[in-house]
Amino acid sequence: MLSVAFWRQWLVFAGVFLALAAPVRAELVIEITRGAVKPIPIAIVPFGWSGTGNAPGDAASVIRSDLYGSGRFDPLDNDVMLERPVRGVDIDFDNWRFVAVDYVLVGRLEEVGDELALTYQLFDVYGARQVVADSLVLEPRDLRLASHRVADAVFEAITGVKGVFSTRVAYISVSGRPPERTYRLIVADADGNNEFVLLESAQPIMSPAWSPDGRQLAYVSFESGRAAVYVQTLRTGSRRAVSDRPGVNNAPAWSPDGRQLALTLSDAEGNLDVHVLTLLGNRLVRLTERRSIDTEPTWSADGRHVYFTSDRGGAPQVYRIAANGSEDAPERVTFEGNYNARPRVSPDGRYLAVVHDDRGRFRVAVQDLETGALQVLSDGSLDESPAFAPNSAQLIYATRREGRGVLETVSTDGLISGRVKSVGNDVREPVWSPYAR
Amino acid sequence: MNKRLILTVLATAFVAAGCGPKRATLPEYEDTSTEVPGSDNDSSSGSGVADSSIRSRGFEDDSVATDTADALIIYFEYDRAEVRPEYADLLAAHARRLSGNSGLRLRLEGHADERGSREYNIGLGERRAQAVRRLLLIQGASAGQISTVSYGEERPVAFGSTESDYEKNRRVELSYR
Repeated sequence: MLSVAFWRQWLVFAGVFLALAAPVRAELVIEITRGAVKPIPIAIVPFGWSGTGNAPGDAASVIRSDLYGSGRFDPLDNDVMLERPVRGVDIDFDNWRFVAVDYVLVGRLEEVGDELALTYQLFDVYGARQVVADSLVLEPRDLRLASHRVADAVFEAITGVKGVFSTRVAYISVSGRPPERTYRLIVADADGNNEFVLLESAQPIMSPAWSPDGRQLAYVSFESGRAAVYVQTLRTGSRRAVSDRPGVNNAPAWSPDGRQLALTLSDAEGNLDVHVLTLLGNRLVRLTERRSIDTEPTWSADGRHVYFTSDRGGAPQVYRIAANGSEDAPERVTFEGNYNARPRVSPDGRYLAVVHDDRGRFRVAVQDLETGALQVLSDGSLDESPAFAPNSAQLIYATRREGRGVLETVSTDGLISGRVKSVGNDVREPVWSPYAR
Repeated sequence: MNKRLILTVLATAFVAAGCGPKRATLPEYEDTSTEVPGSDNDSSSGSGVADSSIRSRGFEDDSVATDTADALIIYFEYDRAEVRPEYADLLAAHARRLSGNSGLRLRLEGHADERGSREYNIGLGERRAQAVRRLLLIQGASAGQISTVSYGEERPVAFGSTESDYEKNRRVELSYR
């Protein structure tokens, strides 16, 4: 379990090296605002426990909350279950056909020395057949993460789409009013739990970006009184300024191979252009050269192109240019409406998410990169910063509700939407982590 | 007595004292009425041609105030970075203040309202700060005196989502150091 060890070490080291980092108790959950028309009925039977004392956690309730929060499942209430088996051999499928569920998940948690074994089996009720099963060994503190892993496996086995419950989200939180404002860079589980502060500052922090291996975050901090791009390693908390040039240093975006950062720099006249910085050797290549605002770079899935926002045509639109600097003129990509900005390419390379001006309202839209068709997905008026989940099936974005910044999710097909409930602060600029490796 | 030196020393003292006022009000003209040359002492020396009493105290135009709160913010139209004509006199006064005092430093902070994407708004804030900078340079300020930073929409002064809030946030703040 390399990734479990990574997670544990990350917590330990981050706590030691960044004294200001502290876990935040929040218990945030995703509230589904629009679910699937016909969510899949499933029973998640409370897991068995064998060990000393009480069970160290409730894996089944985490899995239930994940699957329900996806908007695609309709978990059965525990109190209408006719039996509560913890092993596949003990299931009487008639009891589950009677309550009309398509799938039943059973499992158990066992103490194995200092560790735990989390065993689960998913069954197709009508076929009376096992769909997926596994047994995970973990440190007790990782039970919640392991439960998310089970939810991922169940989700993938049933929908054919990889689950993202065990991934994380980074975002910026702001509290207080000037001159007492506090900006925080936070990493939390995808369901909003386990918030962890990576950086706290009285000056703005913005543009967080995960490295493709999920081990580092690039971001912009104004802590020195001007903007600089930093790269911070999550496990150790160590960080370095990778771009601290005079003027604007903004909008870092990792290349798919993790070796380069596309970013926005300004020249002496304050003209913003997209550059590519090779981290090893600090080599800088300028991609755009215009007296326009060229910014918000993001990479194509194959790493060969960089998409960016430019107002060279008068209003902001998305353009695409070769990432190696071999092209002089970028190609315009968005054409619908007079404002399309802040592009993000889905990990599978099929879609481009943008902020789109929809008759005076800023909304998240997705353009099919093959057909060019644009679909508006969100319904707010200040929706921004869309970020794809690593399975390309879902987006998270920031919006304002009742004067406060909140995070919302929407499926890439627009059918399912949800809200990440948070307490207190203004939150913004969510970025979904890649899968743990 | 060198007034410029006094101003520099005083300005340095502000910084050194750590009181760090963003809008340090520079002192008015030094009051020289108590030591005007050419009074009794000088005439009684009786040693031929007396030194001229004429000296420069440096030109500082006070016809437009440059250190009130209003004089330190320039507002902009939505998604625009052109300085409106109404600010011409004010910026001319700031330029004179800078060119008349080479030790003075000015930081221009560009800001945007919350509409549009955050990173694009960094570009807009930078463009606004640069527009103000260019007008100051054309009128005699030197490049080394002026620094710029863009905060985009990250540091609003008005927190609502109405046009009146947005107007207050689309701005360049001038901050003398």
